[in-house]
Amino acid sequence: MSASAQHVVLAASGLGKTYAQPVLGEVSLTLRAGEVLALTGENGAGKSTLSKLISGLETPTTGHMQYRGQPYAPASRSDAERLGVRMVMQELNLLPTLTVAENLFLDNLPSRFGWVNHKRLRQLASAAMAQVGLDAIDPDTPVGELGIGHQQMVEIARNLIGDCHVLILDEPTAMLTAREVELLFTQIERLRQRGVAIVYISHRLEELQQVAQRIVVLRDGKLVCDEPIQRYTSDQLVNLMVGRELGEHIDLGQRQLGAPLLQVNNLSRGDKVRDVSFEVRAGEIFGISGLIGAGRTELLRLIYGADAADSGSVALGQPPQRVSIDSPKAAVKAGIALITEDRKGEGLLLTQSISANIALGNLGAVSTAGVLNADAERALAERQIQAMRIRSAGPHQVVGELSGGNQQKVVIGRWLERDCQVLLFDEPTRGIDVGAKFDIYGLLAALARQGKALVVVSSDLRELMLICDRIAVLSAGRLIDTFQREHWSQDQLLAAAFAGYQKRDAMLHNAAPRMDA
Amino acid sequence: MKTTPLDNQGAAPARRSGTYLGLGTYLGLAGALLAMIVLFSFLSSHFWSYNTFSTLANQIPDLMVLAVGMTFVLIIGGIDLSVGSVLALAASTVSVAILGWGWGMVPAALLGMAVAALAGSVTGAVTVAWRIPSFIVSLGVLEMARGLAYQLTDSRTAYIGDTYAWFSNPVAFGISPSFIIALLVIVLAQLILTRTVFGRYLIGIGTNEEAVRLAGIDPRPYKVLVFALMGLLAGLAALFQVSRLEAADPNAGSGLELQVIAAVVIGGTSLMGGRGSVISTFFGVLIISVLAAGLAQIGASEPTKRIITGAVIVIAVVLDTYRSRRAARRT
Repeated sequence: MSASAQHVVLAASGLGKTYAQPVLGEVSLTLRAGEVLALTGENGAGKSTLSKLISGLETPTTGHMQYRGQPYAPASRSDAERLGVRMVMQELNLLPTLTVAENLFLDNLPSRFGWVNHKRLRQLASAAMAQVGLDAIDPDTPVGELGIGHQQMVEIARNLIGDCHVLILDEPTAMLTAREVELLFTQIERLRQRGVAIVYISHRLEELQQVAQRIVVLRDGKLVCDEPIQRYTSDQLVNLMVGRELGEHIDLGQRQLGAPLLQVNNLSRGDKVRDVSFEVRAGEIFGISGLIGAGRTELLRLIYGADAADSGSVALGQPPQRVSIDSPKAAVKAGIALITEDRKGEGLLLTQSISANIALGNLGAVSTAGVLNADAERALAERQIQAMRIRSAGPHQVVGELSGGNQQKVVIGRWLERDCQVLLFDEPTRGIDVGAKFDIYGLLAALARQGKALVVVSSDLRELMLICDRIAVLSAGRLIDTFQREHWSQDQLLAAAFAGYQKRDAMLHNAAPRMDA
Repeated sequence: MKTTPLDNQGAAPARRSGTYLGLGTYLGLAGALLAMIVLFSFLSSHFWSYNTFSTLANQIPDLMVLAVGMTFVLIIGGIDLSVGSVLALAASTVSVAILGWGWGMVPAALLGMAVAALAGSVTGAVTVAWRIPSFIVSLGVLEMARGLAYQLTDSRTAYIGDTYAWFSNPVAFGISPSFIIALLVIVLAQLILTRTVFGRYLIGIGTNEEAVRLAGIDPRPYKVLVFALMGLLAGLAALFQVSRLEAADPNAGSGLELQVIAAVVIGGTSLMGGRGSVISTFFGVLIISVLAAGLAQIGASEPTKRIITGAVIVIAVVLDTYRSRRAARRT
């Protein structure tokens, strides 16, 4: 650690924020120059609130901050940025139709008499991009043509331009490939040595251990740990976050694996999904693993009829009958459900109530001759709120106000009302806090015990190894191999995930794979 | 799941949404209307009179039913610019059926409405089949319907006589059957929107069409149906107009679409889809009509009237955007 490590850049004391209810209470924290501070905790623990207070997006209800020896109370984000406190948000803030260079310098385009000086802009952009290892990309490329990982790096590069003493990174690796993560870590290390105080927000404990020196854990809006990170093992950190022991095993209960319920035969679509076949038995949890871009989501969408397959077929039931599924409507009719990866974009009516969301797709059950029965609808919603333990103010609460885990439960609750025999889950626990994850695992197990066939796509290999009976590995659109619970190892699964990329020019633009494990 | 005392989600006040715009919206609209009535009553001694009331009640049924259809169209995130032309097409069809083919009152009326519904279906079907914004499709249909109306009538106003006059002759308290029909349409439409599966799907489609599709519902037929309904109501509005003018004018309803959309937006139905109410649309119609009548009575010139009406529309859209942003921020 450099000599300046003890130098306090920003000190917060008694920081608190209250909306309708307190979300952050009396948090005191110091950020030191040349130190990476890992900030972690369950969703809703107050991580983002805390970082918003520091970066000027919100103003604290209580407490105060000192920045480089001066009282610090930023009125806005730009206020904080001018002082050198910057935050890279999870959501990308780029204009896809503009070039990388234009995005980087949008607020300060080099110009002469109002005309953009493109030559100078390119030079500046190249320098900024080299800082984050994006040398290979032409600064004149429109941002929309870059992969999501590269876009994230552009976003980071943009925040490194100009004065930066405090840099907050909110889940910066959520979209990145392994290679890009390495690049990012190299950059973080370089910034750290320059004396920048870095706050690294993430759920990924391995990453935190790799990149940070100190860890701060928030739980229920309170600071429960502020220590050097090497004192803790991953399990201890999880315990700190959740406040309870996390078992390596989960009891899936007694199940009977029955006959195959879902049979997928030679399904193909373009180069996304190539000739994929597998079958899932009643009562079985079938995992699909693979790198981002391996075609997992695309495969589920083909089975569900959300996209049209070029070739191949799906058979359902016992004995499997070939069914023609050309639309989600047909899939639902045949007894297939899809819980999408993108809850907000594809799963929910965010501005509508919980009851409207649960009833969507079940309106036949709560109506007579096309007329809704409000009591029946409320009863249905209340039933699922109870069964799924959805934390809410009642069936009328707007879904957008719920936490990620509760939103996911609303989506799942909708399908539980329909008696689907085959359920396809795409990243069912993404963006959900640890506690709620286990609720979802328990639910998957319960569904399997009822004799349903479950297909679970997840980027979290340990999650799949925890809950699945078999795991199939997709790589570059092909199903490489299927592993039985007793016969798999993390290494084998990883090796299979990379298999499809080895023959091709694997490191083609953004095809680089990534695995969380 | 643990209950976390500091969790801000759990105890957030429940908020209704969708077809219920909130008591505040209705009170706000009623307040704005009342303020206008009071203002015009002070400014003009003739405004607060039976005559004004009767004139208004007889002139607004067209706007009322058109605005109902447009409310549905906006709720699914579409827009229909062709309503004025479709109205003229329906009126022209009625005139041809009666004057040219000697059809009776009822069959001619039904034919006119069917033609209008067909025009709406064309807009809807093309929009859905090729996934084109309804804005552009309806602009094309606007031209086609107007052209057809001219062709059917040889570009001349066709005098039909008093066949349909009973529609707009006041029966009691200065109120005509057309006004009563329009009120019934409003009540029925609000019930459809709030109490039926169809209405729920419309809100869903306007909020997130992909989510509706992935929930196993094919949104396409519902969208076509909404445009067909819009056409049908334009046909009904055509009958009201024919009965009032005792003629079919191929120039009728030119520019009417803007008035209709303005009334719906003033009522608070969102241009972005997913949120709206027929009741508040009714308030919107009343506001825009009272404004027009009041300005006429205080002797405002035509240019002044247009400037003021335009300003009111802009204010309504600003309010709509403000509300949408607030809703988005909550999520």
